[in-house]
Amino acid sequence: MTVPRPENDLDLSRRKFVSVAAAAAAGWLLTSCGPKRLHDVPRDRLMERIREMEAKYAEELGTAVTVSDAGPLPGVEFAYALDISRCIGCRRCVYACVEENNQSRDPQVQWIRVLSMEKEGGVDFSDSDPYYDPETVPEEGHFYVPVQCQQCQNPPCTKVCPTGATWTEPDGIVVIDYDWCIGCRYCMAACPYGARHFNWGEPHIPAEELNTNTHYLGNRPRPKGVVEKCTFCIQRTRQGRYPACVEVCPVGARKFGNLLDPESEIRYILENKRVLVLKEELNTLPKFFYFYGT
Amino acid sequence: MPDTRELQGAVTLVFLGASLLLLPFLVSGCASEEEAEVAVAQPGQVAGEGQTAGAGEAPGEHVEVPPPPFSPGIYPCSNCHSVFPANPTRRTLGFHTEIVLRHDEEHRWCLDCHNAADRDWLHLASGELVPFEESYRLCGQCHGEKYRDWRVGVHGRRSGEWNGHKTYLLCAHCHDPHQPHFKPIEPMPPPIPPAETVGGSQQ
Repeated sequence: MTVPRPENDLDLSRRKFVSVAAAAAAGWLLTSCGPKRLHDVPRDRLMERIREMEAKYAEELGTAVTVSDAGPLPGVEFAYALDISRCIGCRRCVYACVEENNQSRDPQVQWIRVLSMEKEGGVDFSDSDPYYDPETVPEEGHFYVPVQCQQCQNPPCTKVCPTGATWTEPDGIVVIDYDWCIGCRYCMAACPYGARHFNWGEPHIPAEELNTNTHYLGNRPRPKGVVEKCTFCIQRTRQGRYPACVEVCPVGARKFGNLLDPESEIRYILENKRVLVLKEELNTLPKFFYFYGT
Repeated sequence: MPDTRELQGAVTLVFLGASLLLLPFLVSGCASEEEAEVAVAQPGQVAGEGQTAGAGEAPGEHVEVPPPPFSPGIYPCSNCHSVFPANPTRRTLGFHTEIVLRHDEEHRWCLDCHNAADRDWLHLASGELVPFEESYRLCGQCHGEKYRDWRVGVHGRRSGEWNGHKTYLLCAHCHDPHQPHFKPIEPMPPPIPPAETVGGSQQ
């Protein structure tokens, strides 16, 4: 890289250079001594933080909440596949997700949005309807595309975050540290899938419906003013379990597994089925695939 | 004007100086990031264990299948059928009136799948007897592609652990064998449009 040469009228002495550079270095050091994100905090400090967090939740919510810091499993990269030839648009997944992941009931936050599309038009977001409400589903001539965080390998959302509050974990899950989120919502603007959701109001969850099995980077209770989204049920999947939406789907349209395991369901789908990703042309490289099981 | 120039120069210098001075910090920062990686959760089991299945077998030893979905009080069939002679003719049934056959009914009748001699069993086209717990083998005779997908976990619902113990459903848990087409169901409520939530009328 070539350094732009200062103009002649710019008086830059060695002293000035050194002092400015030293000031910058000192500034950087000072800011880096502040609070840390989960991945660069020492373990004892993290445990302390988690105990504080659990105590705070216990006091505020009147029930014991466990906050896990379970890290990524070695040799695991999660991927998801959804069979759009099976989905009937019943929205069971939407509500299972709300309950599992402690999304606010009022104001309503939902991480999964099911789009109804016309078979004649194909996958067309400009002509899709999330508010369909017939007596029974599936409706004649329609198919359904549930959309949630696509866990992109090249995620636009993490790049725009000014505080580094959102990043990709080694197992491929794009996570948010709610303590670092300042609510600027740049990530929501950057996400081409509308998968990130903002807590515009103070979240409300009935105490008896709270899922007390939580993860630091996942379903722990959130405050007003932070962004949240699907984490592949990080609190379940890092313990080896299937995400809640996979288990609830009445037609078995949702599949989940380890992309690095050649014997996994997900690899079978990628190798044997017709597979597509949403908005492929944006080069986001989603790890959420859609396929035709038939 | 000279002031702004000086400012620009200073800003350039700040970046330059900072990047020079901080190079070692940045490198060490990356290293400590790896060190501080949080603990690894206990993996369930070795991935892929539950997915080995030979021809005609259940989908794997780590897979649990719930019992077949019999109507209450109907099994064992031999309780009644051991005293009735088998009648293979197509007719309106006097019992089992709830069963309406909508499954290639033109070519098929009860005893094409149910075993005439001992009604507690099903039978394959070959005559081989199959218990109700393995009814998927019967279905798989015609629906080979679905059977193959089901065995690898791509058709049908699985629950449990993605890398360990799983629960499968039998074909008959989702598809009524006599009317296998999946019945329409009532959808859960649609989302509230943004105009009616916060910033709208609700709050």
